[in-house]
Amino acid sequence: MRQSIKTQKTFGKIGMYLLLSIFLVISVFPFYWMLVGSTNSSDKMFTSPPTLIPGDQFMTNLMNLDETVGIGRVLFNSLFVSGLYVVLALIVSATAAYAFAKFEFKGRNVIFTIFLLSMMIPYQATLIPLFQMMANYNLLNTYFALIAPQLCYPFAIFLMRQNFLAFPSELLESARLDGAGEFKIFMKIVLPSMKPALAATSIFLFMYQWNNFMWPLVAIRTADMYTFPVALSTLSGVSYTDYGQMMMGISIATIPIMIFFLVLQKHFISGMLGSAVK
Amino acid sequence: MVDQTKRVPYFFIAPAVILFAIFTLYPILASLYLSFQTYEGGTYTFAGLDNYTRLMGDSIFWTALSNTFFIFIFQVPIMLILAMILASVLNSQLLRLKGFFRVSFFLPAVTSLVAYSLLFSIMLQNNGLFNEILSYVGIDAIPWLSDSFWAKFSIVMAMTWRWTGYNMIIFLAALQNIPEEMYEAASIDGAGKIRQFFSITVPSLKPIILFAGILSTIGTLQLFDEPFNLTSGGPGNATMTLGLYIYENGFEYFDFSYGSAIAYVVVMLVAILSYVQFKFTGDK
Repeated sequence: MRQSIKTQKTFGKIGMYLLLSIFLVISVFPFYWMLVGSTNSSDKMFTSPPTLIPGDQFMTNLMNLDETVGIGRVLFNSLFVSGLYVVLALIVSATAAYAFAKFEFKGRNVIFTIFLLSMMIPYQATLIPLFQMMANYNLLNTYFALIAPQLCYPFAIFLMRQNFLAFPSELLESARLDGAGEFKIFMKIVLPSMKPALAATSIFLFMYQWNNFMWPLVAIRTADMYTFPVALSTLSGVSYTDYGQMMMGISIATIPIMIFFLVLQKHFISGMLGSAVK
Repeated sequence: MVDQTKRVPYFFIAPAVILFAIFTLYPILASLYLSFQTYEGGTYTFAGLDNYTRLMGDSIFWTALSNTFFIFIFQVPIMLILAMILASVLNSQLLRLKGFFRVSFFLPAVTSLVAYSLLFSIMLQNNGLFNEILSYVGIDAIPWLSDSFWAKFSIVMAMTWRWTGYNMIIFLAALQNIPEEMYEAASIDGAGKIRQFFSITVPSLKPIILFAGILSTIGTLQLFDEPFNLTSGGPGNATMTLGLYIYENGFEYFDFSYGSAIAYVVVMLVAILSYVQFKFTGDK
């Protein structure tokens, strides 16, 4: 009896690892194949048997891609827009979250509810008026148009608020009794203790902006202002597609954000876990 | 002194509220208003429900709607079930390398929608990697992107790859809150792993399943990046989605009013489907 339960457990364990390994291959293999593709010529992606080892076309693909989309400029646009966006959106969401979590004021619950409900409204319902607004003020094709619209990001406010709620109010009270100004309290006492929450939120915001596609596609008119995803999407659809070049583009779009995630994954996953629990 | 502290929270919240009013609230209301207008002779005039009645007779709209539902009905349940299975396996106490698996499964969720759509478009070519692998197990090549059924299926597959790990993390968070003693007690009573999954895991995950379900509903109904980059809405209009049709009308034909009307159909569908899910999962 005891023996059979033990064998059953071992089998269960083997089954578990087998299942996980299958999903591991499915999750990770496309990334490997992407890297292999970026170092091979276009036709190597359609060979039988498949090409599974890196080739020597890395530089050629890189040069070709640069010629088609201007990697430096496009990468700069994406990094600049995402970087500035993260800093500004972090300030907006941290201050708002602090007010929601640590102050009693008229209208607090109404505003917070409206923010939460707006997360249910599809983004596309705002797209056309946003476009008209930017067109009216001659702001299409500018960095402003890319950065401004989503600076108030309700999910980021929600994420930060959950963390601010845990901040002890007594600390705020004693700082006030010592005569510290409200802004100073926020900057010097509250924010420094919120580093993990700030890290999680900034990864989230960066990923959002770095990967954003539909709005830049609409708001940007000229190739020199393209963000990386928009430039990447222009690679398909032409009569002849150079897949080596495209794989290089896919790799460049994927690798920085992946490294960013892997370095900060502890914060990100715990930030996500924290928000989903409540 | 007292009055001054009363003003403090408003200073902190002002930037968010102002930005929200300009860039979110105003556009939401403006596009509703726009959907009741038509553009004639250089000006917008009130047209009542004209755009909506036009939608009723627009066969591409109905195709887009049914495609979106096809993807929604297959993709969301498959993904949520897979995510739940993976989460409960990863939550098991016996397992080593938990962190490694968790991060690996989440990895697809950090890639840009454009990048992974293009990656799949290469793998799904007729002579691409997918068909090559299928040929080793004796399955004939499948016309992934050129057949109207398989093109939709390709999008379902790609989205499942991209989003399963993301939902797994959400479920994992909830699972960690279920006390281990509940499982121990159930095992002592002789309940097997599968029985435990259905009588402990699934019921305690209910609220979070609702949360993930509604998030996925919103995401699927505005599906745009994948059909735009993976299938270009084709073949024919086989993968035309509501999101893609809003884009076409708004930014290719510049028919802003009609585009807004479609957007509001999506808003209504999200509201209805979220309500149904609330009713379906909520006990109270």
